[in-house]
Amino acid sequence: MLLVGLVRRYLAPYRGRVALLLLLELLSVVAILTLPVVNADLVDRGLARADLDHVWRAGGLMLLVSLGQAVAAAVSSYTGAWVAMSFGRDVRRDVFEHVGRLSSLEVHGLGVPSLITRCTNDVQQVQMLVLMTCTMILTAPLMMVGGVVMALRVDPGLSWLLLAAVPLLALVVGVVVVRMVPSSRQAQERLDQVNRVLREQLMGVRVVRAFGREPTERERFGRVNDELTRVSRRVGRMMAALTPIVLVTMNLTVAGVLWYGGHRVEAGEMQVGALAAYLTYVVQILAATMMVSVMLVMLPRAAVSAERVAEVLRTEPGVRPPRRPAPLTRLHGVVDLVDVEVRHPGADAPVLSGVSLHAEPGQTVAVVGSTGAGKTTLVSLVARLLDVTAGQVRLDGTDVRDLDPAVLAAGVGLVPQRAYLFSGTVATNLRLGRPDASEAELWQALEVAQARDVVEAMDGGLEAAVLPGGTNLSGGQRQRLCLARALVARPRVYLLDDAFSALDASTEARARAALRAATRDATVLVVAQRAATVEDADDIVVLDQGRPVGRGRHDELLLTCATYREIVASQQLAEASR
Amino acid sequence: MSAPTAADRPTRLGPAVRRLLGLLAEERLRMAAVLVLTVAAVGLTVAGPVLVGRAVDTIFAGVVGSGLPAGAPPEAVAEQLRTRGQDELATMLERMGVVPGAGIDFHALGGLLLLVVGVSAASALAELLQGWLLTDAANAAARRLRTRVEEKVHRLPVAYLDRVPRGELLSTVTNDVDNVARTLSQTMSQLLVSLLTAVGVVVMMLTISPLLTLVALVVVPVATLLGRVLMRRSQRLFVQQWAHTGELNAQVEEAFTGHELVAAYGRREEVAARFAATNDRLKEVGHRAQFLSGLMNPIMVLVGNVSYVVICVVGALRVLSGGMTLGGVVAFVQYSQQLTAPLSQVASMANLVQSGVASAERVFDLLDLPEEEPDRDGALPARRQGRVAFESVSFDYGAGPLLEEVDLVAEPGQTVAVVGPTGAGKTTLVNLLTRFYDPRTGRVTLDGVDVASVPRAALRSRLGLVLQDTWLFHGTIRDNIAFGRPGATDADVRRAAEATFVDHVVRALPDGYDTVVDEEADNLSAGERQLVTIARAFVADPDVLVLDEATSAVDTRTELLVQRAMRALRAGRTSFVIAHRLSTIRHADLIVVMEAGRIVEQGSHAELLAAGGAYHRLHQAQLRARADEPAAQEAAPEPARVGV
Repeated sequence: MLLVGLVRRYLAPYRGRVALLLLLELLSVVAILTLPVVNADLVDRGLARADLDHVWRAGGLMLLVSLGQAVAAAVSSYTGAWVAMSFGRDVRRDVFEHVGRLSSLEVHGLGVPSLITRCTNDVQQVQMLVLMTCTMILTAPLMMVGGVVMALRVDPGLSWLLLAAVPLLALVVGVVVVRMVPSSRQAQERLDQVNRVLREQLMGVRVVRAFGREPTERERFGRVNDELTRVSRRVGRMMAALTPIVLVTMNLTVAGVLWYGGHRVEAGEMQVGALAAYLTYVVQILAATMMVSVMLVMLPRAAVSAERVAEVLRTEPGVRPPRRPAPLTRLHGVVDLVDVEVRHPGADAPVLSGVSLHAEPGQTVAVVGSTGAGKTTLVSLVARLLDVTAGQVRLDGTDVRDLDPAVLAAGVGLVPQRAYLFSGTVATNLRLGRPDASEAELWQALEVAQARDVVEAMDGGLEAAVLPGGTNLSGGQRQRLCLARALVARPRVYLLDDAFSALDASTEARARAALRAATRDATVLVVAQRAATVEDADDIVVLDQGRPVGRGRHDELLLTCATYREIVASQQLAEASR
Repeated sequence: MSAPTAADRPTRLGPAVRRLLGLLAEERLRMAAVLVLTVAAVGLTVAGPVLVGRAVDTIFAGVVGSGLPAGAPPEAVAEQLRTRGQDELATMLERMGVVPGAGIDFHALGGLLLLVVGVSAASALAELLQGWLLTDAANAAARRLRTRVEEKVHRLPVAYLDRVPRGELLSTVTNDVDNVARTLSQTMSQLLVSLLTAVGVVVMMLTISPLLTLVALVVVPVATLLGRVLMRRSQRLFVQQWAHTGELNAQVEEAFTGHELVAAYGRREEVAARFAATNDRLKEVGHRAQFLSGLMNPIMVLVGNVSYVVICVVGALRVLSGGMTLGGVVAFVQYSQQLTAPLSQVASMANLVQSGVASAERVFDLLDLPEEEPDRDGALPARRQGRVAFESVSFDYGAGPLLEEVDLVAEPGQTVAVVGPTGAGKTTLVNLLTRFYDPRTGRVTLDGVDVASVPRAALRSRLGLVLQDTWLFHGTIRDNIAFGRPGATDADVRRAAEATFVDHVVRALPDGYDTVVDEEADNLSAGERQLVTIARAFVADPDVLVLDEATSAVDTRTELLVQRAMRALRAGRTSFVIAHRLSTIRHADLIVVMEAGRIVEQGSHAELLAAGGAYHRLHQAQLRARADEPAAQEAAPEPARVGV
């Protein structure tokens, strides 16, 4: 079972402490089980013989044992909590780092929201189970076993009762728990749905309110809420059945013990004190079974979580760093795509097919095409966010798959289609590519990106706060900062994926002009929208549904490529109507 | 940044717990039944030990009796024992009704045991029913809490949501609510049963022996005091733990959402290191919190054991002096176990309860946030024209004015193009019209009626919105387009799609209108998403349209479609366009130029060009940018060389 495997793997480093825990809990259980023995002694030799002194002595012994048990339990709590929290920390760390190593394909496959839940909520579930196990419920099975042993020692004659009662109880509890597992999983899924809807509503709050869709959204939420409640209630009811079942069994057993025990006492085979002790053991055993069942109840949910966590850890990264990276330490900036194909597993049509291009430092190569043509995929290939399924992507003649990832990252500067900033300050964001950039360099980059005045106007300038995702900035401001970020990194190859989309025409023109000068000696790969950019690129690749349908300079393409003509014409039409 | 959270406030358990219980208490009928059943179940449960005690007495009496000479009446035998100096035995004999010579009365024993079984079965049944009802009540309460939270989200001011990191809010709305729900359904119910059981047990103990009860209860205040100290300290730690968890969540959210950037810029290690630091802090705090909280159980057990020992000793003494029977002591011991069991259950759930309360505080903080101003019940004129006016409108967040003294009129059917640099206040203007924000001074009117005086829904039913951020929900394209108007039919959707030239694009997709999309999906390009949002606005059939044209994240082919679509959408409606395209601006009926929160110029294209002011300058810059690249380069300041 995945849960057991996960727990075993991550508890392994703490073997020593786990052993200590077991020992402590063993001592604790021994203490708990000893008490009835001493009590039996108190009754049989103190009470029955009216020996007052014996009563006091036995009492004192019991007190001592109690204290010892308490100390053991306290130390056990400390150690148990430590082990469980360390476990949680280790799993979280591993999941986080593993996701960091995955490529875009795997991340989008699992879905970012799901990954977030798995790294946080699901790990928490398993951690809670380990905590319960470490601090409390380890005692329960020991109590059960110990109790049975002691009871047998007191009077083997009644042992057949125990042998009947305990397995029966275990069976009944087991049946209930097994039935709970699928319902528990369902409950978890329903919870995911509820969270998903809430997330959507938070993100799309303007649209929801603008179209007056609050009632509809409430209804939609109400439906998933009701679903969750329904399943949750089913699980709760099953859980509620456990205690009564255990109690009935317990009392039946007690009655049986008294009846058959009474006969044995009459026949002189057993002492009354022993009988009293036996009763205590029976109660303890059944109480322990209850505790075990409580833990079992937590099991299904934790098992589902463990599955989800294990799935992430099992996912192999599609893009792996080379075992022996090429000796290239700094890129010059020659980009080559050689007959590149990208096909997603199980897809009918490839995203890119047969694409080739060549770009050298000082050149600007543009990629144009209608939506779905694969332009962003192409850009991702150069940054090695994705690997080709056929063909090669080369930088300075070396396959990117053989490059040292650090060299690649330093040599390539990405401005993605969706401008994203991290929480922190403007400065920390700009320094993402090069943490040791000086303030002067930051300002220079901002100037080129036409964002200098934006930052100057911000409260704190370079130290101005940026919220997660950059939500306290407008789309245009975000995009310019992303551009500046790439500039600060001083890459040899710039990958601009629609990097001016949120800017108005005049700002874009200024930015492009400044950028052209600033990147004079670098290679620039541009995914273009506006005809103006495309017109003076050194080379243009025209894509249609992932296939190259034209390549060359603007004037050549106008003559040779129908698709290109269409694109330009539509743009010019748009131009003319301006 | 945000309102003071539970983490900053000194924790006061009381109010939060009361509110939490209050949620449960709303289920009046169910809770009443639960109480009744619990009392019944508890009553039956505590009757058990009495019966068991009597059974033990029967056995013990038999044992003692069989050791005495048969035939003699009990009093005579007692006399005999006393003369022999065995006073204790004599007293026990009299107390327990021993019949000298007779063994165990199995007939009586059998009867008693049958009663035990019957009572136990009845108790179990009562407890089962009670458990079911309690689960139902707790789940209903959780459902209501979730509903309340969701409704609250709809009533929070947009201005607040814009300024608060959504990830944190999301964590409260999902993680904390889930934790509270679980606390209600699992922990609270057990707590209730445990507490009631404890009360019932104490009552029974009093009936057997007030003295022993006193002895047993002496330890309780001590334990409670210790418990309270522990809980207070661990509560603070729990609040810290949840705060760290929130922090960690935020880091995870960012790192995973910006995954590509982290990889592309080679910053994996730093990000991992920062995560590790927070992770370690969480572990430390969590450890301390759980440890302190986990001490409750051993303390309770110790208390229980000490109690047990004391009861055994004192009880034995009482039996020897004839004040109690052995069975009574056995029963008492069972009771004290029954007392400590629920108390230690409560103690062991301490950490769960505390954690639940910490979450509850965060949820209640959310529910207590100030809301949008309630709707006033004015009415818009029945005759829909679409005349919009801004009258001396000002707005600010409190950190400097975003709009100052804006005066603007758009006649019905006019296209108003709002232009200006970023941060000029264009988006704010539009936010005021849609009532996402309310003006600090002045008012906005629609057809002469102050928009603040009518219900928001009524206002917005006359507006249509196409934003920069293309948000679609998880559903089919058809559903997303129909989102524009409640009650939109398939025919409406089709009509809107055709009118905005989206129909062709959608039908080219493999699943057509049934294609499932959402915020994350890549099956639609940015341009296609934009087209869907335009169709959505069309379905709304608004009088006034608000368009943010920074929607040019579209390739050139689709660009044309989008332009045509927007034009179709605008036909015959008043439009407020945050304009980027020269064509839109030039053909607008009214151009409004904004700078730093003020309107600096208003007029038609021709008028403003002639005026030679801000618009003229803007226009020239755009023309240059379009026509003449080298000229643009010269006009721009000496470009900084960034890197080589």
